[in-house]
Amino acid sequence: MDHKLKYYLQIADNALILSHRLSEYCSNGPFLEEDLANTNVALDLIGLAESTLEEAAKIEGLGRSGDDLAYRRPEHEFYNTLLMEQPNKDFAFIMVRQFFSDAFDYTFFSELSKSKDPFLAALAVKTIKESTYHLRRSSEWMVRLGDGTPEAKVKTQYAVNSLWKYTGEFFKESEADQAMIAEGIGVDLEKLQKTWRQKVKEIFFMAQLECPGEENFIFGGKQGRHSEYLGHILTEMQYLPTKYPDASW
Amino acid sequence: MENKDNQGQLWEVFIQSKPGQPYKHAGSVHAYDKEMAIENARDVYTRRGEGTGLWLIPSKEIVAVSNREAEYFFEPADAKIYRHPTFYNVPEGVTNM
Repeated sequence: MDHKLKYYLQIADNALILSHRLSEYCSNGPFLEEDLANTNVALDLIGLAESTLEEAAKIEGLGRSGDDLAYRRPEHEFYNTLLMEQPNKDFAFIMVRQFFSDAFDYTFFSELSKSKDPFLAALAVKTIKESTYHLRRSSEWMVRLGDGTPEAKVKTQYAVNSLWKYTGEFFKESEADQAMIAEGIGVDLEKLQKTWRQKVKEIFFMAQLECPGEENFIFGGKQGRHSEYLGHILTEMQYLPTKYPDASW
Repeated sequence: MENKDNQGQLWEVFIQSKPGQPYKHAGSVHAYDKEMAIENARDVYTRRGEGTGLWLIPSKEIVAVSNREAEYFFEPADAKIYRHPTFYNVPEGVTNM
């Protein structure tokens, strides 16, 4: 596969799958305002996925649309990191997953704004504003939960310990990453990891949460090898176009 | 005013539509703290570009005139028509007065 196309898909799929996970939570929030806030993040992410997939479809050059890439691609051609597909186990899992991802997006898009690829640079400039807000919100939730009631602290620390093993994949460079870095288009992920960790540690310090030292990370998503969860997500997400291929509105 | 459910306390939301304009009451939100209040207000009331500024005030901090008091608070003003500057001629072409 073309490296640039793969690079675009990595970005788009992270946003698309996390957005879908958040949209599953719509109407299940603890109260109205929180429900709206979460769904708002899902909307920001689907916007990011949509514009990136439209552009990816052009790069692919097979006459497919962004929608085709979202709804007619098989599981092994999705390149999101495994973290994004992890289930909405409880509010702490949702928020910790979000915090890890927001901290990545914030650092990633800040760097991507310097990309030689004009589309990605412009996309990054637009996305940083959203990511800055998302990170602010999920960071505050970390502090609120970690420094909150004993039950909230236990549940949040459990979510941190459970999801930590998926965070290394953000920084594991795929062939597409390496090729794009060499061309001045992609972001140097090794450097990014330091910034990300610093941010996470800073918030965890305020939240009185322990940052796991574990370095045994699980990889696969960026190579198209997914956990048991992505298949279920796609079955639901792609149901309509699969069942009624010509459906439109 | 104190909530018995777990939505947090109630806050009143004021939005400024443009820089320099007054803040206008838009509604209320639930939240546990200041940060959450301002973020919830942003997500509930400014999603469609309604504002460039936000004020949040705990509802319980608002001092208000109750309906019961309204009669002696406001009705005396009704009889004092001379307080309205309606006896001036507004020059032509003046729109904002």
